[in-house]
Amino acid sequence: MSTQEGIRPAPVPLVLGGARGGPRVRTLRRDSWKRSPLITQGYLLLFVVYATWAAFQNSNYYVGASSHRDLISPFYSPCIGASCVPGSHGSFLLHWWTYSPALVILIIPLGFRVTCYYYRKAYYRSFWHSPQACGVADGHKKYTGETRFPLIIQNIHRYFFVLGVLLNIMLTIDAVMAFRMPGAGGIGVSVGTIVLCANAVLLWFYSVSCHACRHLCGGHVNEFSKHPVRHGLWKIITPLNAKHMQLAWVSLSFVALTDLYVRLVASGIITDPKIF
Amino acid sequence: MADVVMRIWRGDSEGGEFQDFPTQVSEGEVVLDVVHRIQAEDAPDLACRWNCKAGKCGSCSAEINGLPHLMCMTRMDTLPTEEPVVIAPMKTFPIIRDLVTDVSFNYEMARRLPPFAPKDPGPDGTYRMQQIDVERGQEFRKCIECFMCQDICHVIRDHEENKEHYAGPRLFIRYMELESHPLDTNDRRELLREEMGLGYCNITKCCTEVCPEHIKITDNAIIPLKERVVDASYDPVAWLGRKILRRTKKTATEAANHRTDPKPVKASQ
Ligand code: SF4
Ligand code: SF4
Ligand code: FES
Ligand code: FES
Repeated sequence: MSTQEGIRPAPVPLVLGGARGGPRVRTLRRDSWKRSPLITQGYLLLFVVYATWAAFQNSNYYVGASSHRDLISPFYSPCIGASCVPGSHGSFLLHWWTYSPALVILIIPLGFRVTCYYYRKAYYRSFWHSPQACGVADGHKKYTGETRFPLIIQNIHRYFFVLGVLLNIMLTIDAVMAFRMPGAGGIGVSVGTIVLCANAVLLWFYSVSCHACRHLCGGHVNEFSKHPVRHGLWKIITPLNAKHMQLAWVSLSFVALTDLYVRLVASGIITDPKIF
Repeated sequence: MADVVMRIWRGDSEGGEFQDFPTQVSEGEVVLDVVHRIQAEDAPDLACRWNCKAGKCGSCSAEINGLPHLMCMTRMDTLPTEEPVVIAPMKTFPIIRDLVTDVSFNYEMARRLPPFAPKDPGPDGTYRMQQIDVERGQEFRKCIECFMCQDICHVIRDHEENKEHYAGPRLFIRYMELESHPLDTNDRRELLREEMGLGYCNITKCCTEVCPEHIKITDNAIIPLKERVVDASYDPVAWLGRKILRRTKKTATEAANHRTDPKPVKASQ
């Protein structure tokens, strides 16, 4: 049976236009609605500037056996270029790539975060001003949302989610490797170990709380009672998903701090203290 | 008792302006109380809609200091009184008079929504649903149709021309309720993508921010719908999976086959 015919009430024409009430002003709000988008903008810019700088360094991203450590910056892992420093578990997968290996691998977290439903909200509001805040007129005359190229590409988010999970597995391996103290008594824990572990855990929380993850794990099911496992997963993910924004900011900040920590140790500015 | 100036929009489709009403506010009063007193004492012809005074009928929506609120649920002591309290009609809908707007756009969009189409009942002739299957849609049934989410949505608030092809957040929660209903057989995903403008929403969450029933419109309805539309239209792996497992309920094109909508007409002014 055709699904709509016969069950759809006769449509009546939509009345468009008509004079609107209220004054013709950008907004009637008087609270400090400009503050939040400005903070978002500043913070995102700060991160982008730092990440770009760090990605182009192509040095000081690995602390190896000479310092009795095995710490790699999350921006450079897995190291898959020709220029990977010895010991950094480099696979030379892309042996023809001679620039900074970070420029290759960062495409994944970049794509994941750029297409993330939360960051979309953040930059649509703070950078694109559509809208800058609720009840404030759109910054653009025409608006087609995510229906056209290029923004229609946002729909590939779930693929970046899968790639992001693969990357998290790599970073988790890095975190486990960070328990090795090469040349100085096998296994141990240093501040660097904890930093790498915390970073991996936060990234897992960020990924698991993703909206695409919630959908793929259970959200797409209509009859939960027939799919107890998927329903169980959905029940676990849903409260995390409600905290996705917070997890996005915390994990973003911590990734940068982890890179900074490894960088400072690798360049000899600080030493990585061993705890036990 | 505190002194306050209420700055209320007066006018109709011909035009209008703000009018100031200095008044006194007693403890515990809400905006609607003050508007009613102004009606009783100063401006008997001031038009406003209300019914329950309990935040349940959804008729008293207005923009207070630039954001939509239910007048009956907004306590005066939550508003700054050093400056006038500005009350305007909802901006997205055509004005009828003063604070009353014509919200029929929302009803027309509701009529365009393909209704619940239950599958065949069980062998004993009845329908059964488990509690966990009922729970998910429950949130969406809290909607009181105040239309403040529709009002604040920039897609139509700032772009009148989008009304033609945009159902809006209030309807998206209804779509999600039906799409995730275990007994429903209609597939509305293609319709959502092609004609109901799901892709216009850029998930900036103003609808969620203003909903008086605290429905998580974006997280629990719009984003899940967007993901379902990805399943149907943008994800080659999901498409392949459906082909192999023969999971297609029916063609989505069929479901969207309703191009009998009359062309929109221009309001006469
Ligand atoms: S989240 Fe989408 S539907 Fe809600 S107000 Fe924003 S654009 Fe409109
Ligand atoms: S979803 Fe919330 S804001 Fe929108 S009409 Fe319903 S109650 Fe009002
Ligand atoms: S990572 Fe934010 S929604 Fe997927
Ligand atoms: S009067 Fe019913 S919701 Fe305000």
